[in-house]
Amino acid sequence: MTGPRRDPDMIRPYVRTGGQIQAHADVRPESVVVAATGPVAGLSPDARRVMRLFAAGRGGLAVADIAAALELPPSTVRILVSSLIDSGHLAATVAAAADRPEHTTLQKVLHGLRELV
Amino acid sequence: MDSANLSSQAVSYVPDTVTTSAKIVVAGGFGVGKTTFIGSVSEVEPLRMEEPITEESVGVDDLNGTPAKSTTTVGMDFGRIHLVDGTLALYLFGLPGQTRFRPLWDDLAEGALGCLVLADTRDLDASHDALGLLEEQGIPYMVGINVFPDAPGYDLTEIREALALDPETPLTTCDARDRTSSLYALITLAEFLAGRRTPEPLEPQP
Repeated sequence: MTGPRRDPDMIRPYVRTGGQIQAHADVRPESVVVAATGPVAGLSPDARRVMRLFAAGRGGLAVADIAAALELPPSTVRILVSSLIDSGHLAATVAAAADRPEHTTLQKVLHGLRELV
Repeated sequence: MDSANLSSQAVSYVPDTVTTSAKIVVAGGFGVGKTTFIGSVSEVEPLRMEEPITEESVGVDDLNGTPAKSTTTVGMDFGRIHLVDGTLALYLFGLPGQTRFRPLWDDLAEGALGCLVLADTRDLDASHDALGLLEEQGIPYMVGINVFPDAPGYDLTEIREALALDPETPLTTCDARDRTSSLYALITLAEFLAGRRTPEPLEPQP
């Protein structure tokens, strides 16, 4: 093929994610991350876009929030976020409910929902 | 709540009071009211994420005799509720229930506390696929009949039978347009999840 590829869908996900092809198992759509430290120079364009969302220090975002804001597939964002956690740019300070959620989490959800009605 | 309008979608940041996040999946066929339901209960503006999936095109042959593949983009809406003095962020993800979207379920539904299957009495068949995916994934679920004004009358016993639900699976009606009605459906699900018996440990106790 000749000429530049302009259609972003033509870019394979592992190119967008700098070669990393797998997300951490515990980085899920509902996982909330906050900005940590580290220079953004040298990061891929998409990773820099992720970091820019946190630039103003306005709080955390879930993987799904990042996917919606940047209009990137959630599968790609899971990998980007995993990689940015490894490099220390992002930190997961919020515990995501595990596969077998603790009974206390379910009780909190039930109690919390009842408070709303 | 602070938000950044960096794209067409305004994203709300997660308050720093939040110490735990969890998710509930809202599943069902197209037009069953997933987006309406999520919009009714979410405390932030619902957002949409899009995932391209590759499908084998049925009934289309190419010259090589290999099945043609096409890429479809699936949109998924989601919202968020902050519970218990803002310490718990509960995300609600709308997932299409058709079996062909199984790859999305593998990626997105894992780790869900549970699932609310929204059903339309005029198209109960559409709910079967979603129930099958949930059984495969081992995600506990309940069924909520979304009450459409022009839907025919129904009998919950007949619906339970038509969907072949276990006796303990909660089945209720709700109006996805109404916040309180939708919240009560989620409460029914949470009661079910919190009340389920913890499986006995496999190893014998000394």
